Amino acid sequence: MNPSDPPDFEALAASLAKVLGLPVDAANLAAVAMNLALAYRLAPGFVDFPLPDTLEPAPVFDPRPSFVAQP
Amino acid sequence: MTNWTHESGTRIARAVRQGEVTARSVIEQHLDRIEAHNPRLKAYTDITAGRALAAAERIDARWRRGETLPPLAGMPFAVKNLFDIANLPTRAGSKINRDRPPSETDATAITRLEAAGAILLGGLNMGEYAYDFTGRNAHDGHSRNPHDPERMTGGSSGGSGGCVAAGMAPVALGSDTNGSIRVPSSLCGLFGLKPTYGALSRGGSFPFVTSLDHVGPLARSVEDLAHVHDAMRGPDPRDPACWGGSSAPLVPEIETGIAGLRIARAGGYFGRMASPEALEAVETVAGALGATRMVEIPEAQRARAAAFVMTMTEGAALHQERLRKRVGDFDPEVRDRLLAGAMLPGAWYHRAQVFRAWYKEAVAELFRQVDILIAPATPVSAPLVDQQVFTVDGQDLPVRANLGIFTQPISFIGLPVAAVPVWPDRGMPIGVQVIAAAGRDDLVLRVARHLEREGICEARIAP
Repeated sequence: MNPSDPPDFEALAASLAKVLGLPVDAANLAAVAMNLALAYRLAPGFVDFPLPDTLEPAPVFDPRPSFVAQP
Repeated sequence: MTNWTHESGTRIARAVRQGEVTARSVIEQHLDRIEAHNPRLKAYTDITAGRALAAAERIDARWRRGETLPPLAGMPFAVKNLFDIANLPTRAGSKINRDRPPSETDATAITRLEAAGAILLGGLNMGEYAYDFTGRNAHDGHSRNPHDPERMTGGSSGGSGGCVAAGMAPVALGSDTNGSIRVPSSLCGLFGLKPTYGALSRGGSFPFVTSLDHVGPLARSVEDLAHVHDAMRGPDPRDPACWGGSSAPLVPEIETGIAGLRIARAGGYFGRMASPEALEAVETVAGALGATRMVEIPEAQRARAAAFVMTMTEGAALHQERLRKRVGDFDPEVRDRLLAGAMLPGAWYHRAQVFRAWYKEAVAELFRQVDILIAPATPVSAPLVDQQVFTVDGQDLPVRANLGIFTQPISFIGLPVAAVPVWPDRGMPIGVQVIAAAGRDDLVLRVARHLEREGICEARIAP
């Protein structure tokens, strides 16, 4: 495959479905692939955005059990 | 005889408390209207008539005994069918969930509204598992826009929008993960409140993306939004995100006007991707508010992308077992998005959450300079029910994934938003987002109420 060729999302979706045990039929493979392609098109918008290595993800894990953590 | 289906919830409650009308009469009028309009509009999926009439009888008995009635006495309301209603399965728009046993209890929101005297009329149609901006539903039929039944309500709280716009309840609760209160508010011409993340309890509601899920009301008046918010507020052990800190009462604030508020329009991304009708609505609202300043919400397009990927990933994780066991029972449009979501790299999800932390601070910095941001709620007004694509900025965009392009960057960081309806001279309504800093839900309703009072924004009942 030439690196400049567009990715084959149907092939990718079919492979991942097999590996992950997901029930993707031939009939809906194209639709799953289309959604996968959309995510791959959008993701570089934030994946490639430079962020500090020390920045914590947004959810804050609270180690207290819920009966203590409640206000 | 007064047609109580055309009155606001607050007006109804005032009349019931003063003995101008019985709660039973109010409920009977609403049940009649539901019977007349629901088969065509497909807003309700479950009508709790017996429960509603019994509740009305209890309120009327209290009035006859001379008791002081609670603030929302006799106000009818309905809920998106992802809220638990005792003795009904919580279907969440799905075929699969209706096989679950009936809920033993009500959702926290229902319990609190009933404690304030409001009366539940039933559960409302929605996009399957809330993964939807259209109001379409393969199992219960598509919600229809009361202002033009050939058009969609928007979603996923489509039944909530249709119900209130048709006068089948003055208030409905919806949920909003990426725009599911604001999109139907926009397309159905209603006021909607998406509160600050964590401000109102999601206890007893079926989740979609817990990092982003909110609940809130849609109504035909700002006063109703404030009263419902205040009745629902308060911490709740059933919802780990419901911290209650920002949720001060809003009713005392809404008439305090907009003097001194620094209001600006959101430009950049929010200007580029909007249709002329959406931009005109923003222009109308901005003009009425004297908002001449234009600012840019930093990296909003990236925020939308991160919200999109987070939604796919968390949604897929939530439904993975159901996908494996009952894939044929999903709405195909939802199934294919969830299956694709299960295939995304974990690193993307983590990166999206880190980006979210960065973006929250960047937008907070913007709110040092302004108090309110004005932005379109949807890129277009209501598309046709079966429409697949709309065009903005020369691009053809799939309807289902893109009606929320302006709502997603805002709910991504949990900011409070009021959706306010604008009516063009001809045609369908379209909404504008009034956005404030986290915890300033009071400001968004103050501005919304000002626009309502000045006649710039209004919610109409379809004939």
